[in-house]
Amino acid sequence: MSKRRVVITGMGMLSPLGNDVTSSWDGILAGHSGIGMIDRFDASEYNTRIGGAIKGLDLEPYLTTKEARKLDAFIHYGLIAAQQAVDHSGLSDYDALDYNRAGIAIGSGIGGLEYIEKSVLTMDKSGPRKVSPFFVPASVINMISGNAAIRFGYRGPNIAIVTACTTGTHNIGYAARTIAYGDADVMLAGGSEMATTRTGVAAFASARALSTRNDEPAKASRPWDKERDGFVLSDGAGVVVLEELEHAKARGATIYGELAGFGMSDDAHHITAPPEDGEGAARAMANALQDAGLKPEEVDYINAHGTSTQVGDVAEIKATKRVFGEHANRLAMSSTKSMTGHLLGAAGAVETIFSLLAIRDGVLPPTINLDNPDTGCDLDLVAHHARKADVRVALSNSFGFGGTNGTLIVRRYED
Amino acid sequence: MSTVEERVKKIVCEQLGVKESEVQNSSSFVEDLGADSLDTVELVMALEEEFETEIPDEEAEKLASVQDAIDYIVAHT
Repeated sequence: MSKRRVVITGMGMLSPLGNDVTSSWDGILAGHSGIGMIDRFDASEYNTRIGGAIKGLDLEPYLTTKEARKLDAFIHYGLIAAQQAVDHSGLSDYDALDYNRAGIAIGSGIGGLEYIEKSVLTMDKSGPRKVSPFFVPASVINMISGNAAIRFGYRGPNIAIVTACTTGTHNIGYAARTIAYGDADVMLAGGSEMATTRTGVAAFASARALSTRNDEPAKASRPWDKERDGFVLSDGAGVVVLEELEHAKARGATIYGELAGFGMSDDAHHITAPPEDGEGAARAMANALQDAGLKPEEVDYINAHGTSTQVGDVAEIKATKRVFGEHANRLAMSSTKSMTGHLLGAAGAVETIFSLLAIRDGVLPPTINLDNPDTGCDLDLVAHHARKADVRVALSNSFGFGGTNGTLIVRRYED
Repeated sequence: MSTVEERVKKIVCEQLGVKESEVQNSSSFVEDLGADSLDTVELVMALEEEFETEIPDEEAEKLASVQDAIDYIVAHT
């Protein structure tokens, strides 16, 4: 069976850099940091007091007051990004859409942590009769996909893959396969996260995963730099509209790129740390190249997982050298997490969008704060400033707890 | 001090996301104000909280309209 081609026709995003795709991308190209002091709760007792929050978001145009009150913030963010993506794609005005062949795959790494915390405190203080009937639908992870189905009337495949920091990548990859295999013609896909809660920050801090550069939030996320000291936890969401090529052409949709390849692997090594040689990451990239039918030499840009952790950053460089050989010295690789922080389950979706925009605008997003590259981090990491470049093929990596790896390849659409 | 009626209507508005002008004493939670089964459970919990009372499940099931809720509160607090 030949695979059907899948293209991207819409994008939506909330990030610490802005509450839509355009403002987030402007922030990336300007090399801005979206990181600041945590103000969602009192973090004064915490070793880490910085994060990447969504700022000044007006829910009103997107959600009714009832929806806003009865859904966790991660669902708000996911639904808003989904609405932006659908609006962007023009699908809401397409009368011929077969709703039975339109589906949704939007996940989250952690889910409704804030609502869970609130409910546990209520339970502890006032007893079981006071636990809200909305507790479960407000906090379980598939409720972005579930609510979006009701909102848009999409009655096709509906799923939410949960794979920690690889969530966004896996949902997009799986959704693309759903279309390629013929089960759907349109899929909304991506991830959303709002884990900068009291328990969320405490837990990642206890795991010694977070930067403690509290005095200089904008410099805290510094992938591959010698002085890096962990990642910065961030909130946000990214959703793309994936569409079968002929379906997109038939309705005259604007095509932002082709979802050309998807690869997966697992490290089978440790619950939170990658192996130092990045062996599992390398296999995810190699599998994606094979799926896309591309040679390593055809890749122009890698949007790295690059979270700003000691082991992870170096392992990804080693994995890249292993897969790309001599070509690793010619391609460009950057980490937009240097500006957004780490959006966990939303990261892969947001970064796939940045990869598409790099192709569209012919520009390489920078890695900010890369003042002194660590030993062995000697690739073109686009330090400090965005740079013009012809980008035809871009690859986006995500690696998650559980050793789970995912790679997506997007390329410029050509007939 | 607000009356029981005012306090009940305020909670109904908050819980069901409706405007004050839409809420009549005769309004049915489900038929007029768009509540589903989960909304009505949470509405009763909010009334319990506001009026510092406990409404047994078998009584709660009978509260179908704004007036039902007002009458119950007046009779039991």
